Amino acid sequence: MSLSNRHLLGLNGVPIEDIQLILDTATTFREVLERPIKKVPTLQGKTIVNLFFEDSTRTRISFELAQKRLSADTVNSTSSSSVKKGETFKDTVRNIEAMKVDMIIVRHKSAGVPQYLTRISKANIINAGDGLHEHPTQGLLDMYSIKERLGRLEGLNVCIVGDVAHSRVALSNIYGLKTMGAKVSVCAPATMIPMGIESLGVKIYTNIDEAIKRNDVLNILRIQLERNAGTRIPSLREYHNYFGITSERIEKNNKEILILHPGPINRGVEISSEVADGPYQVILDQVTNGVAVRMAVLYLLGTMH
Amino acid sequence: MKTILKQVTILNPEQKLNQKNDLLIEDGIIIRIGNLKESDFKSAEVLDFENKYCVPGLFDMHVHLREPGREDEETIVTGSNAAAAGGFTGIACMPNTNPDIDSAEIVRFIKEKAKNHLVDVYPVAAATLSRKGEALSPMFELFEAGAVAFSDDGVAIKNAEMLRNVLEYSKNFGTPVIEHCEDESMADGVMNEGFISTSLGLPGIPNVAEDLIVMRDIMLSEFTGGKVHIAHISSKNSVELVRQAKKRGINVTAEVAPHHFTLTDESLKSYNTNYKMNPPLRSRADVDAIVAGLKDGTIDCIASDHAPHAIEEKEMEFIYAPNGIIGLETQFGLVMSELVNKKHLSLSQAIEKLSINPRKILNLPVPEIKEGETANLTIIDPDLIWTVDIAKFKSKAKNSPFDKRLLTGKSVAVINNKKIYYESKFRSI
Ligand SMILES: [Zn+2]
Ligand SMILES: [Zn+2]
Repeated sequence: MSLSNRHLLGLNGVPIEDIQLILDTATTFREVLERPIKKVPTLQGKTIVNLFFEDSTRTRISFELAQKRLSADTVNSTSSSSVKKGETFKDTVRNIEAMKVDMIIVRHKSAGVPQYLTRISKANIINAGDGLHEHPTQGLLDMYSIKERLGRLEGLNVCIVGDVAHSRVALSNIYGLKTMGAKVSVCAPATMIPMGIESLGVKIYTNIDEAIKRNDVLNILRIQLERNAGTRIPSLREYHNYFGITSERIEKNNKEILILHPGPINRGVEISSEVADGPYQVILDQVTNGVAVRMAVLYLLGTMH
Repeated sequence: MKTILKQVTILNPEQKLNQKNDLLIEDGIIIRIGNLKESDFKSAEVLDFENKYCVPGLFDMHVHLREPGREDEETIVTGSNAAAAGGFTGIACMPNTNPDIDSAEIVRFIKEKAKNHLVDVYPVAAATLSRKGEALSPMFELFEAGAVAFSDDGVAIKNAEMLRNVLEYSKNFGTPVIEHCEDESMADGVMNEGFISTSLGLPGIPNVAEDLIVMRDIMLSEFTGGKVHIAHISSKNSVELVRQAKKRGINVTAEVAPHHFTLTDESLKSYNTNYKMNPPLRSRADVDAIVAGLKDGTIDCIASDHAPHAIEEKEMEFIYAPNGIIGLETQFGLVMSELVNKKHLSLSQAIEKLSINPRKILNLPVPEIKEGETANLTIIDPDLIWTVDIAKFKSKAKNSPFDKRLLTGKSVAVINNKKIYYESKFRSI
């Protein structure tokens, strides 16, 4: 069994068989992660570059751990320093390419950069987040975590709550979950819902109680103040009061709900501390699963012929 | 020196001309129109233009030449060469050079550089100093030096009060104010806002950012009586606003760029930066409204918004790449392929929008095709099928999304200022 594409640029258009294969492979690696020696020799001799033009310590560490556990040689380039020196993005990539790398993991502020990389590099490209577009391994680990807890994805109702317009997690979740047969909705103030999202077959809730009541899973997005949330919501306090996930809301509406959060958490904003540490959530499992899912993706792409 | 354009169909809607004739040119002047005798042919160079049309020289009223400032991208001469290759005998160049065209010296500098060329170059000067919207440019001086219009293109004139002053002041010379209509506070995006921008994860610019300024400008034109010309119209509601304004007799005109009636935001799915322009490529509904606006005369003319950029600047991450594409050498082919051959416009209407109307808007004389007049002509072959090849462009820049596109209709020669451009060469006529 192998994947149908030698890059992972997003979950849009990825066939159900591929997603299934990645999730199944991740289960195997999840077991490896429980062993005392958490390392397999699968990618020995492969060179992988983590090219992060935008800082994201969590995602980078997760990828790096996954690479080390597969025995790959890894190099990190974590700043945009070369770009600041006046070197163009293209030259930076050409330079790295000349060093004979097998795989590039890329995170960039601009959507479309992973696609662009496939045109100028021969390496396998994995998108670790591009602009407001996709973050496919996050989507995969979210699906893995839901499946791990609820046993299935098909037929589930999943609601993405928060700043959908400024999220790269939302689209990957929407594309992936819909392919797997789940029903996806979003819930946020209208200023945080991007134009035309309903054309992706996504239902829109503007009332959080309603969203909790009618869904099996909530995936809570971080409210990012740095992404000018300030002009789209009056205050974090008001956001918390009207859209924050609290124990009272869950207990009032739906005690069966499963809570996901891609992190890092703003306690007391999109989620209360009680919920973040409580029985409904799988937030730390998501972190562990992230390593397993990334191992699966690296393994499947790295051993393709 | 004598040249005969043999058996060419002379088409000029302004003169109600549509007839096949021979046309004798001597020293750049049209000497005779009619069926010439065998003896006439002996002493002249004969260009057989049977099945081709001779029309008043085409005019592109929205071109960005990069001189002064970015001569690596385009110069006045290379831009003029591209214009000639595209079938144009006249162009108006926009003021966002470096420095901006906001002083009489720069206007004179451009006129001087353009002097001996086949293509006439008419500078559009900045309406405000450095196009900042804070102080009026010396409009009298600029007009006297040769500016034919005023614009802060790149942006709209910053606020209503400043636009009011520009419109009032420009009434002294009757020049239009050419507006890049976009509300600054909504213009942070890099493509059209809609389903496609959402699915591509790129920040969008909504149609309403254009509509708001079109509405403001129409109202201020009505209030002041000054002439507003809407540049590169792209949105459905803006077309309707202009239509209604014209019905009410307001002094407003509009142009559209070929990419806005040819392409939609679907093209951006490849993240190819040659589809990044401002205003952005819009939706199918907008394209349909633009075509309807061209048909019923709401949109007066077609202009390229030719915007050259260096290769390394366009080959960049999408959000950082500059806006704009070159258009001089593909414009006529796109008008023919997308509008005339699809029966949205007649050839005469296309010529009005590509030659006659832009000159009228800029208060320039429309070339007449008659004996005794200077020959300012474009010869077009409406049936010529050709493939766009950026490697053959006369423009210094290559940033065109139309490379390898098959087009029907091409200019085969242009004549102006006692020169002819024919078979990729300039010579005297
Ligand atoms: Zn403009
Ligand atoms: Zn322009």
